[in-house]
Amino acid sequence: MAGLIERDKVSGQTTTGHEWNGIKELNTPVPRLLWAFLITATIFSVTWTVLMPSWPGINGYFRGLLGVDQRVAVTQSVTEAAVERESWTSRIDSEDFAAIQADDALMAIVRETGAALFGDNCAACHGTNARGTPGFPNLVTAPTMWGDDPETVAETIRVGINGTSPETRYAQMLAFGRDHMLERADIDAVVSYVETLSQPELAAGMDADTLAYGGEVFAANCAGCHGEDARGMTDTGTPNLTDQYWTYGGDRASIRHSVYHGRAGTMPSWEGRLSPTHIKLLTLYVLDLRANEQ
Amino acid sequence: MIADLTRAERLWAMLILGALGLIGLAMAIGGRNDLLGIHGWIVLAAGLGGFIAVMRGLDAPEPSAERLNEYYDAPTRVGLILTLLWAVVGMGVGFWVAALLAWPDMTFDVPWLSFGRLRPVHTSGVIFGFGGNALIATSFHVLQRTTRARLPDQISPWFVLLGYNLFCIIAASGYLMGLTQSKEYAEPEWYADIWLVVVWVVYFAIYMRTLARRKEPHIYVANWYYMAFILVVAILHIVNNLAVPISLGSAKSYSLFSGVQDAMTQWWYGHNAVAFFLTAGFLGMMYYYLPKRAGRPIFSYRMSIISFWGITFMYMWAGSHHLHYTALPHWVQTLGMAFSVVLLVPSWASAGNALLTLNGAWHKVRDDAVLRFMALAAIFYGITTFEGSFMAIRAVNSLSHYTDWTIGHVHAGALGWVAMITFGSLYSIVPSMFRRERIYSQKLVEVHFWLALSGTVIYVFAMWNSGVIQGLMWRTYTESGGLTYSFIDSLVAMHPYYIARAFGGLLFLLGALTALYNVVMTIRMPAPAADDAALDIPAKPALQAGE
Repeated sequence: MAGLIERDKVSGQTTTGHEWNGIKELNTPVPRLLWAFLITATIFSVTWTVLMPSWPGINGYFRGLLGVDQRVAVTQSVTEAAVERESWTSRIDSEDFAAIQADDALMAIVRETGAALFGDNCAACHGTNARGTPGFPNLVTAPTMWGDDPETVAETIRVGINGTSPETRYAQMLAFGRDHMLERADIDAVVSYVETLSQPELAAGMDADTLAYGGEVFAANCAGCHGEDARGMTDTGTPNLTDQYWTYGGDRASIRHSVYHGRAGTMPSWEGRLSPTHIKLLTLYVLDLRANEQ
Repeated sequence: MIADLTRAERLWAMLILGALGLIGLAMAIGGRNDLLGIHGWIVLAAGLGGFIAVMRGLDAPEPSAERLNEYYDAPTRVGLILTLLWAVVGMGVGFWVAALLAWPDMTFDVPWLSFGRLRPVHTSGVIFGFGGNALIATSFHVLQRTTRARLPDQISPWFVLLGYNLFCIIAASGYLMGLTQSKEYAEPEWYADIWLVVVWVVYFAIYMRTLARRKEPHIYVANWYYMAFILVVAILHIVNNLAVPISLGSAKSYSLFSGVQDAMTQWWYGHNAVAFFLTAGFLGMMYYYLPKRAGRPIFSYRMSIISFWGITFMYMWAGSHHLHYTALPHWVQTLGMAFSVVLLVPSWASAGNALLTLNGAWHKVRDDAVLRFMALAAIFYGITTFEGSFMAIRAVNSLSHYTDWTIGHVHAGALGWVAMITFGSLYSIVPSMFRRERIYSQKLVEVHFWLALSGTVIYVFAMWNSGVIQGLMWRTYTESGGLTYSFIDSLVAMHPYYIARAFGGLLFLLGALTALYNVVMTIRMPAPAADDAALDIPAKPALQAGE
């Protein structure tokens, strides 16, 4: 419709003469500020594309006047960081555990770096304070199942437990109930017996004959791995059943579940993911947590 | 709905719905050993339910020919209600997933309650369910008013609106069952994608056919944006979803793209979904409802032009800024950044054009919460687009990428801009669409405004803080050159902000519930005695002479 051009009282501008269901438009010129803004932004962006790798061609792209390349840059900064860290990583690599543990300055670095390393790799299972979560052992106060000398701890981290490394540590508690190796009565008896190992006071409320029978079942079926005294064996990675530390819980229901269904927890083989330096660092870090606790 | 159709049109509707039911049956049989089968039953139920509903009304009296002299608003009315229902669903699930991030045990070991399945229900629920329905409903309204022509036929608007909602239901139910092609904002599988293409082509055709019959010489700027939205979303959707299903009886498909090409295609799609779905479409909304409510002419026609073409041209290149410092070649990143920086100019020109339009009407902004929703939307649009261009700068992105800052940015846009302009527009047309004198309670609109604003501010500030802290924690090194913090340390630091975010989201959800209540009560109010809506009619053919 041939529109009527009007002058708007508020802005002093004229309308374009278009109208849509009562909506009109002013013919206000584009503000100079906006042009200036557009020109500045365009100059910045065009300059940026001249300096940086940008416009594509048929067989390649314009590399930019500054010669910056993100792959080169990242390789370079990774190398630089490694060189910077070498002052102490080389000592971690070359010196033996005792020497490092005796060096306070180096151990300060271990504590600092180890905390983040532990948080990113181990805390998901062992907890941020390394004191274990249900199904994953306490690394600080509990006795270790595979031994706590530094070489052994480092080896456990490297190959893992029931992991993917061909050299992985292997440990499995059999499913005595599910696989019909023990009768229900035998399981109940041995569970009672195991309960009294860590909580002797419970024996008073239990039937003496049952406990005695439980002891026999234990000797015949469990002692082979857990030891005659039930204190576990580090060469088979079996836990001590007489202390207060339980990976899967020490209440009757949990113990019964362990005996009935068996257990075979997994710790990943870290050798493919962590460098030997990192594994050694984590070993030192964990042993340091233990040392400070004891 | 059915009473407005002629008998011939009712038969056509039955034919379409019957065909849909048969497709559903085929899916149910072909996919009986797959989750596809469940979707088959849903499609069958939709087709059959619709078929029966139309069949029952088949012999109802023919509608009067008079109706063709009025605008066709029934689809808009239904669309407005669907918009609010999806708002409650999408924002409700959003609140739930926000709470899950603060208290992750709330999945209760139920697979479909897990974060990974619920999160796309939230994103698709708000973007496609809430935003999409709002765009369809308002675009039909704006298109008719600004062309002074009625929609071209009686069936296709319903096909678009209801077909689109069927897509949304298939999408959301699929996520809960674990069906996804793992492309952000493009999660639905191949059959849902094909269905959306059909719906979308009909949508575009409605637009073109109505514009062809327009009684106004010029096409209003709102329609440029709505058309850009429809056209570009079609292109994006088709290209990014090119995939080969493993069989016609399976929901699973494999994308045509792999590796970094897949990433680039996905973020070309993803960023332009933000540009053309969440920006262009809603700019269309803003360009109509804001000046209409303010009673002011658009500040500058010329600014409308440069910002439209600036946005349309520049956004297309910007997607690669989502892939800074990745395997994507450096030169593509540079171009993404360069275009993103210039993009700020047309974005601010649009926001400025909206705000300057309010000159002479600021007293109305002060007094009228509906107009204030729209004014605030324009402000948030300006804030968010500045932030977007800023974050697209590579050096800034090295801090912000992968952090909650991104989530804060998205929600500044989604809550502050998209939802605010939608609620403002919705409140401004609900009374006239339902032939009521006014909204049920102006006070509740005011309550909604403050809930929405405080919710947005709490949400965005929580995510800014948490994002920047996260980014800094991830890049802090010790003296000896190792990382100071583990990832889990940063999670612990995020916890209070995640609680704040859930609270902000809850306020926003309460606002949406207020809107739903207010609209339902408006509809239940008695109709005014004198119907002055008669003025709101398309141009009669007789008036066309001399055009």
